[in-house]
Amino acid sequence: MAYLTDRKRASGMGAARTGTDHHWKMIVTSVALLVLIPLFIFTFGEALGSDYETALAYYARPWPSAIAALTIAVSFYHFRKGVQTLIEDYVHGFAGKVCLIAAICISYAAAAIGILAVVRLAL
Amino acid sequence: MADVNRGNRPLSPHLTIYRPQLTSMTSIFTRITGNAVIVASLLIVWWFAALAAGPEAFATANGFITSWFGDIIMFLSMAAIWYHLLFGLRHLIWDSGRMLAVDKSETFAMAAIIVAVLLTIFTAIVI
Repeated sequence: MAYLTDRKRASGMGAARTGTDHHWKMIVTSVALLVLIPLFIFTFGEALGSDYETALAYYARPWPSAIAALTIAVSFYHFRKGVQTLIEDYVHGFAGKVCLIAAICISYAAAAIGILAVVRLAL
Repeated sequence: MADVNRGNRPLSPHLTIYRPQLTSMTSIFTRITGNAVIVASLLIVWWFAALAAGPEAFATANGFITSWFGDIIMFLSMAAIWYHLLFGLRHLIWDSGRMLAVDKSETFAMAAIIVAVLLTIFTAIVI
C-alpha cells in the first residue's frame, strides 16, 4: 500500500463512488430533526385529539403548518437514508434491491402526500 | 477474486456470542426505534391527508389514531422517537470525536435512557 498516494485514495470516493455523502446527509438531517422533532411533537400533540374544525383552524396557522411540512420533508428523507442502511445490512441480492426500491418509493410518496396535505391546510 | 476460498476463513464472533452490554444494546435499540417509527409516521401522514380531504375522511383517520390501539402505537412511538433523538445526539457527539471512552459512553447511555423515560412521561402528561 506504500504506492497508494493520498490523491489516488481520495479520487473516485471509494467502492460506492459516493464517499462520505450518505453519512454527511444523515448528520445534517439529524441536526435539523433535533430541533424539528420536539417542535413537531408538541404542536402535533396539541392538534391530535381535537375535533375536525379545531384541527383545521390549528393547521391553518403558519407556525404549526411550517413545522409539520419541514418535519415531514426532513424526517422522511432521514428515514429513506436510514432504512437503506438497515436493508443493506440484512437483505441481500435481488430481495435487497426490491426492499430498497419499495422503501425509497414509500418514503418519497408519504413525504409528498404529507406535504401536499399540509400545504392545502395552510393556504 | 472468484478463486478466493470464501468458505473456510476465520470469522469474528457474531452478536450472539457477546454478553449483552449497555453500549451494544443501546445501539441496537437506536436502529430498532428509528425504523419502527415509520408506522406512526405513516399514520400521521394519513391524519394530515384526511384532515385536508374532509370531515368524513378525518373521522376515520382520527378515530383510528385516537382509538385504544392507535393510542398504544402513538405512545410507544413517542417513547421511541425521544429515545432515538437522544441516542442520535450521542452519535453526533461521537462523530465530533468526543465521549468515545467506554466509561463516558456508558454514563451517557444511562443518562439518555433516564432522560428519554422522563421526556416520554412529561410529553404524555402535557399532551
